[in-house]
Amino acid sequence: MTATLQQRAIDWGPAVLVFVLGIVAWQGLVVAFDVKDFLLPKPTQIAQTLWDERSSLWHAGIYTFKEALGGFALGSSLGILSALLFANFRWLGTAFMPFAVAANAVPIIAFAPIFNDWFGLLNPFSKMAIAAVLCFFPVLINTLRGLTSVDPRAIELMRSYAAGNVSIFRRVRIPASLPHMFAGLKIASVLSMIGAIVGEYFGGPTTALGVTILNASAYSNFTLAWAGIVLASAFGILFYGAVAAAERLATSWDPSHRDFQTE
Amino acid sequence: MNDRPAVAIQGLTKQFKAGVTALSGIDLEVQPREFVSLIGPSGCGKSTLLRIIGDLIEPSAGAVEVNGKTAHRARLDHDYGIVFQEAVLYDWRTVSKNIALPLELLRWSKEKRAARVNELLGLVELEGFEDHHPWQLSGGMQQRVAIARALSFDPALLLMDEPFGALDEMTRERLNLELLRIWEASGSTIVFVTHSIPEAVFLSTRVVVMSARPGRVSAVVDVDLPYPRTARTREEPRFFELVTEVRERLAGGEVAA
Amino acid sequence: MASIAVDRTTTPRIAAVHGARRVLLVVCGIAAFWGLWEAYRWIGESLGITWPFAVNAVNMPHIHDMLHALTQPLQPGGPPLIHYEWHWALFTAKEALLGFALGAAIGFGLAVLLAHSRIMRRGLLPYIVVSQTVPILAVAPMVVVGLGQKGVSPWIAVSVIAAYLTFFPVAMNTLRGLLSPDRRDLELMRSYAADRRSVLWKLRVPASLPFVFSALKISATACVIGAIIGETPASIQDGLGGAIVNFNQYYSTGPERLWATNIVCAVLGFAFFGAIVLAEKLVLRRAPEHIA
Repeated sequence: MTATLQQRAIDWGPAVLVFVLGIVAWQGLVVAFDVKDFLLPKPTQIAQTLWDERSSLWHAGIYTFKEALGGFALGSSLGILSALLFANFRWLGTAFMPFAVAANAVPIIAFAPIFNDWFGLLNPFSKMAIAAVLCFFPVLINTLRGLTSVDPRAIELMRSYAAGNVSIFRRVRIPASLPHMFAGLKIASVLSMIGAIVGEYFGGPTTALGVTILNASAYSNFTLAWAGIVLASAFGILFYGAVAAAERLATSWDPSHRDFQTE
Repeated sequence: MNDRPAVAIQGLTKQFKAGVTALSGIDLEVQPREFVSLIGPSGCGKSTLLRIIGDLIEPSAGAVEVNGKTAHRARLDHDYGIVFQEAVLYDWRTVSKNIALPLELLRWSKEKRAARVNELLGLVELEGFEDHHPWQLSGGMQQRVAIARALSFDPALLLMDEPFGALDEMTRERLNLELLRIWEASGSTIVFVTHSIPEAVFLSTRVVVMSARPGRVSAVVDVDLPYPRTARTREEPRFFELVTEVRERLAGGEVAA
Repeated sequence: MASIAVDRTTTPRIAAVHGARRVLLVVCGIAAFWGLWEAYRWIGESLGITWPFAVNAVNMPHIHDMLHALTQPLQPGGPPLIHYEWHWALFTAKEALLGFALGAAIGFGLAVLLAHSRIMRRGLLPYIVVSQTVPILAVAPMVVVGLGQKGVSPWIAVSVIAAYLTFFPVAMNTLRGLLSPDRRDLELMRSYAADRRSVLWKLRVPASLPFVFSALKISATACVIGAIIGETPASIQDGLGGAIVNFNQYYSTGPERLWATNIVCAVLGFAFFGAIVLAEKLVLRRAPEHIA
């Protein structure tokens, strides 16, 4: 047991050290250079505000997180379904993929105001929609790559067992695509939260985190704004971590997601 | 030409962390201009031995001298060239640039490099392929590029780890002849790891037979076939006798006198 | 080292046919989208569809109306909208370009640093990932004002925002590429007693180029997004972000203008993306990784 604990310490030690050093440096630099509050408050001030306003901030965070989660679920499932479709009907895939890649080049964020207009500023679905669109393409592109980059010899083996297409899909393509799919889902998890907040920046209810941050900035309450930013980031990290944990459970056999292997 | 051995190994032992003893008490001497093959079953440590000579792996105990120096010094002095089973060519370089790679690292001038590359292309009979990329060549041709590259800085010693293992039999036999020709022309010493008994006998002056678990030298067979060897050599009775002898040594038995 | 390329025997004529086919595909795609849009509008209005959103002239202007809005003057008697859109696009493009250059340079440098030290990777990688969870939109005003106090013009501050979104894909993918050579490649270099610098420039960097370019394609879009987002909360009026905010305010009286601006944003995104694809074809003069 202590061996794995030791391994954990070695794995995470440097990161923890950097975190501690970072916070200390932050506090020190802000004091030393007398940085104005609104630019960068001291970590201690932010922590204080987080605690003081924990109730309203938490509710705001949950509200926005629900939008992100909804968008993530919607966008990712559409992405996965589309990938399954494109992988099964190759002609469809080759026809659509260039467009999917090109569509990903469109600054989708620019459509945030339009979504607000369509679905209503105060309707959480307007933000879910943005998050969903942001999630759709990374999940589609990554999952499709996973479904179509299987070792041809693995397919040949299945054919030698007279396995049909559906069987091959189920037993070979889908398990092989899981690492790629999760790569896409991890990207989507971070993007969904960002998408929800950006959507709120163009208008939303005051119970939302993005709006809270925006209003706090507007009324010069910058420690509250930063506290909100920290909370938003925390939700993003937790969401990412949850997806990463799910990935480890589902693909515990895949060696490639330890820290980058080196010489 | 001095008379000290090209490679001198004494009491070499290598243990890996997992408790596996790859090599135990290896003693071996290779004289200059010899062609020595290492042959043995999987796990006998022949590739490990080759890498220790090349200072790519450290021994656990024992002494290795290359050209009268430590293996480490020999590597730093560029005293050997190595060829692997996979050609390990760089996709993004042409054939010429792949061959020139070690020369660039040795800071040869552009003119010297170009001249040497041309020489080598002639030696391995790949003239006309200067500007091709590795993926445009067959496996046999890629290995010829790898050999040219290994010889580019004219090392005294050539280490080869089953270089023809991934090729078909006919290409293999052809490349064997070419390798002998190159060996003759360059005057280098070659230590050659292989799985193939006929190949070992055909190429070498001596065949070192190894046994596994732990890796040991179990026999050394002198190959007294005359040089230059040709395709005909493979059909001579003495060739078959030697192949049989090596095979029986590998199996661990004594040769019937 | 496995080859990822496909040997192409193309003549100029075949290349031209491929190019023509691609153009045709793009035209067909645009036409299909246009058709679907108008069809949905027509069906929606006829059936009075209200879910997921009400289909009417305000929510779904005709595409030809959007394009028409570009030709109309913004102010009475003034130049057409497209004139303004052009200048706004250039302004945003300037920010995006600088952000791209900064972000790519930082990403690349970071990757080289991390490639050489496992401790650094363990220490810094988590924070590099975390950096992307910060809603940079929220931090934008602080960056603009803060740098403004040091005498930095707002558009450069926005470039910093763009760089923030750009450096991440470049850093992660370049790192993966730099670490991609396998044991055999490294053994070969060791046999030449090559020093770290030689290994970096003669092996790792060339091996990483395909990875770098796939990251640059993502970054091309990211820097444009960063520039647009960066302008909005900082109330910068000279770029597309500012235009979006303004036209959004007056949406009900002139929805076509917002849509027209969005079209311009999309074109800008394509332009950046296309430039990278072109650069990739020139630099990597062989088929990039084939996605079946």
